[in-house]
Amino acid sequence: MWPFDRSPWPLRLERRAKPSMAMRMASSPLAAVAMVVTGFLTLSLLGTDPVAAFKVFFVEPLSSLYGLGELLLKATPLMLCALGLAPGYRANVWNIGAEGQFTIGAITGGGAALYWTPAMTHGALPLILLAGVLGGMAWAAIPAFLRSQFRTSEIFVSLMLVYIAQLLLSYLVHGPWRDPAGQNFPQSPPLPDNALLAPLFDGARVNVGFLIALALAALSWWFGHATAAGYRMRVSGLAPAAAAYAGISQRRNIWLAMLIGGGTAGLAGICEVAGPIGMLQPSISPGYGFAAIIVAFVGRLHPLGIVLASLLMSALYLGGESAQVELQLPSSVSGLFQGALLFFLLAAELLIHFRVRRT
Amino acid sequence: MSLATWVAIAASAVGAATPLVYAALGELVTERAGVLNLGVEGMMLVGAMSGFAVAVSTGSLLLGFLAAAAAGALIALLFAVLTLSLQTNQVATGLALTLFGVGLSAFAGRSFVGLPIARLPPLHIALLSELPVLGPLLFHYDLMVYLSLALCALIAWLLKRTRAGLRLRAVGEAPEIAHALGEPVTRIRYLAVLFGGAMSGIAGAYLSTALTPMWVEGMSAGRGWIALALVVFGTWKPWRVLGGAYLFGTVTVLQLYAQGLGIHVPSEFLSMLPYLATIVVLVVICRDARTILLNQPASLGRSFHPGY
Amino acid sequence: MTGVAEVPRLALHGISKRYASVIANQDIDLQVGTGEIHALLGENGAGKTTLMKIVYGVTQADEGSIEWEGSTVAIRSPAQARRLGIGMVFQHFALFETLTVAENIALALDERVSPSRLAARIEEVSQRYGLPIDPQRLMHGMSVGERQRVEIVRCLLQAPRLLILDEPTSVLTPQAVQALFRTLRRLAGEGLSILYISHKLDEIRELCDVATVLRNGRVTGTAIPRQESNASLARLMVGSELAQCRLQPREPGVTQLELINLSLATADPFGTSLRHINLRVRGGEIVGIAGVSGNGQKELQAAISGESLCAARGAVRLCGQQVGRLNPAARRMLGLRFVPEERLGRGAVPEMHLADNCVLTGAAVGLVRHGLIQHRAARAFARDTIAQFAVKCDGELAPADSLSGGNLQKFIVGREIRLAPKVMLVAQPTWGVDIGASLLIRQALIDLRDTGAAVLVISEELDELFAICDRLAVLAGGRLSAVVPAADLPLETVGVWMTGAFDHVAV
Repeated sequence: MWPFDRSPWPLRLERRAKPSMAMRMASSPLAAVAMVVTGFLTLSLLGTDPVAAFKVFFVEPLSSLYGLGELLLKATPLMLCALGLAPGYRANVWNIGAEGQFTIGAITGGGAALYWTPAMTHGALPLILLAGVLGGMAWAAIPAFLRSQFRTSEIFVSLMLVYIAQLLLSYLVHGPWRDPAGQNFPQSPPLPDNALLAPLFDGARVNVGFLIALALAALSWWFGHATAAGYRMRVSGLAPAAAAYAGISQRRNIWLAMLIGGGTAGLAGICEVAGPIGMLQPSISPGYGFAAIIVAFVGRLHPLGIVLASLLMSALYLGGESAQVELQLPSSVSGLFQGALLFFLLAAELLIHFRVRRT
Repeated sequence: MSLATWVAIAASAVGAATPLVYAALGELVTERAGVLNLGVEGMMLVGAMSGFAVAVSTGSLLLGFLAAAAAGALIALLFAVLTLSLQTNQVATGLALTLFGVGLSAFAGRSFVGLPIARLPPLHIALLSELPVLGPLLFHYDLMVYLSLALCALIAWLLKRTRAGLRLRAVGEAPEIAHALGEPVTRIRYLAVLFGGAMSGIAGAYLSTALTPMWVEGMSAGRGWIALALVVFGTWKPWRVLGGAYLFGTVTVLQLYAQGLGIHVPSEFLSMLPYLATIVVLVVICRDARTILLNQPASLGRSFHPGY
Repeated sequence: MTGVAEVPRLALHGISKRYASVIANQDIDLQVGTGEIHALLGENGAGKTTLMKIVYGVTQADEGSIEWEGSTVAIRSPAQARRLGIGMVFQHFALFETLTVAENIALALDERVSPSRLAARIEEVSQRYGLPIDPQRLMHGMSVGERQRVEIVRCLLQAPRLLILDEPTSVLTPQAVQALFRTLRRLAGEGLSILYISHKLDEIRELCDVATVLRNGRVTGTAIPRQESNASLARLMVGSELAQCRLQPREPGVTQLELINLSLATADPFGTSLRHINLRVRGGEIVGIAGVSGNGQKELQAAISGESLCAARGAVRLCGQQVGRLNPAARRMLGLRFVPEERLGRGAVPEMHLADNCVLTGAAVGLVRHGLIQHRAARAFARDTIAQFAVKCDGELAPADSLSGGNLQKFIVGREIRLAPKVMLVAQPTWGVDIGASLLIRQALIDLRDTGAAVLVISEELDELFAICDRLAVLAGGRLSAVVPAADLPLETVGVWMTGAFDHVAV
């Protein structure tokens, strides 16, 4: 027998004959656990007591009705955006600009609330939400158009439009839409009462947006499983050559994916403005549009997973805020955890296709 | 509008272009090896933060730049392990890298916000810097600007004329074939990714120590993404990427001189210009499918499985 | 040439290799002498390519040993194999499109050679062995025959003592095959050992001194090809007699597929444009299109299937209708069915299960109604296809990538046939498919033709085309030759036409 090559690592990856169903389910929870453990280890290295930090992060914020309401409230925009992004990602249409579509939805919806419907006695709210959806769709139509006509990557276009949208909002609240009675603060007048989303119950701020998001999750499941359109998007993402072979129009998929993503992000934007914020101001989102990308992946692009992942991500936001107050940790710690979560998830995913063996 | 103003515009355009040059050239090398690393923005911010932090703490800008390069490469290593060894999706991992880099730089740099720093001084070259127009236009830049030009020349030469460049190009074209020929595909890709990370780190450090000497969360404001677009705009050729960077540098500084040029547009709209320009530029380049097909490294973004 | 007392150049003892669930090689012994042309014979999937990857160092065996010129060696990489003196010409050429011939060769050489010296050496070798190539040309745009010459020159520049050729003639015209054989005989005469991997019995009997036969990863026998007949070699290769297809002559019906002056420029810079193609396929006949890949086959398939649209509506007609501007789904509604040459990724979605894969082309038979997927109907359709075409799999919910090549091909062919085509287009029907499945597929196509469908087969395998086609044409450089009854078409003419030397004749 001649000597074989010795690999330097004690472990090696061996491809599985069939992807593991068990790991498909387990990869996200595994990643979450890994993130929590690593995060708190890091914090303890930096001098914070990990047990206290865990309590501050996860237990305290959720131990009151108000806290639970906040959990659902913050999960709403994440859910809405992620549910809209997921079908597109399945179809290999990479909408990275949900944050920008969110912003434009807030602008069009907020603008409608301030300047179009203030006098309406009823029926204003649905119109305003619709305005938000249409605004987000219009913003997403730009990358859709450029990709389907000119082959331009939607990743770059949608992303550049995020910066442009934020600048547009800044211009509006500093200039034409600035509240004359607002002491020169860059903000719009507060939205009139007929345009506000009322809390679902006393003692919490969560509003009907959360219910809309749940309904959307159910709709999304039906779309992916039962409809031909959902099937076509799936095929396009899994095997573009097979999609061409089947006569599936790539153009239609791109438009559908971007409009769905833009519409839900726009809805999320107006729900934030008509809900907890109550007016237009330069900063209306702590990066929900980007966090939604992580939510979509951690939720494995599946509606149920996305609902759960939104709750997890929302908990991270709440925990970060609580940690800011109690432990003097910077707000950016949430962003750090979120990014780490995505890394862990990507790494955990490999266990679906590979087995770890000793060499 | 005096000549002096035009010269000033041109000179600041060069400064604004330089971080784009470093980041785009680094990403160009990475992409020529077939790896798409969308995490440039994150690596840039990590570099900006570490460069600033080390420079302020040690007083040495050189150490700052070295630290930035190392930090960028370290973060890129994370990306490389995930995509090259663990076969994760390059697009998703790149996005994760961006988000992580944004969060990490914000978190780790929190105690450095608002601290002052002595900015990187321009070089003073004996007689040439004193020349009337050409002096400030050509010979009054800091060292990193000149090094960026040298870097471009070096990369162009390496890719076209050396065996190492040939091997890199082969890996980017068809990693399976390169592997069958015995090339260490994964190792070459690792090195390319690390190089890209180091360059993005240096680009970030230039931002925080030379261009706008300070550290603030998210200070790159999308430059990393613009650098990625520049690689496409330059069809993966170093000199074209350089030209594109200078073009964008000009667009970026226009907003500062708009009033002097008699342009009365709200400042927010002027700030939109670089982003709009990126979109326009990409549309123009990607329109012709043939250009992309002939120039884009054929294996860009695809995972390479060395098994079997 | 091979003396009994001589030390063999290469000797393999008990080589075994397994992958996750498949035993690729089991206990293989092989000996190649000096100056010997040794065939490694076996059908697709027998383990030939894996064995050669082990010899060339691309992968390592799990058990067994290799002896090179008498001493035991461990071949850990292709570079090491080359240092020992082993060269390999791959079946799918290991060439980079956007680099020149000289750059491609430089990459494969392990020592640094200055460009001018390299060019001189390339000239020298190519002259000496009759392999004309131009060092400064970019690879893309070069014909398959030229590419193979570059591959061979590349190997010869390293003065190998053993040359491995993996299915070298699958992409050559008959004349080019003869030219290759002349070169190989010359090299063998100078002492070079040649390991010739193939499944083409005629060629092996013509060229090779010794043949080792593999079946299912094991050696089933060694033979002297010149002393054997095709039947006896086939028996070693397959274990039984090769069954023949039965093609009864038939009176063809109405024209179902028509290509009228079809010209299509290709968007792909590495592709071939189609020029003035005229073709008529009638119901109840099988028309074959021969030609090595790279001559417009992909483009022709796409033009007929609808994946590429024509400028002129009337350039393609299906059952009398002008369909040039219709997409594949619309053409399917008119009765077109298509089996593409790529199974996984185009004919079927690898990660989706078989029932879902039926929905891909099954909208016409009610698997999609009112915009909703009919899951139960799809599962039933898949089950029936699996049963009728003897597809070995874990049921209709098995993912497509869990099937072997032959079984997946049977499934896709079966799916398309069961969708009751009026016109059936098949590309490379039995590429990479084992003998059993190949025969079933070919017979299924003949049966389809007997029911009155118009069948068009595009294939590189001349044997296959002559076995199942009523009429034949050749596609070369994007142009189509006249379509002639197979019985009236001699092999030499086919070879000539494959070089493009035919007058364009309308059908």
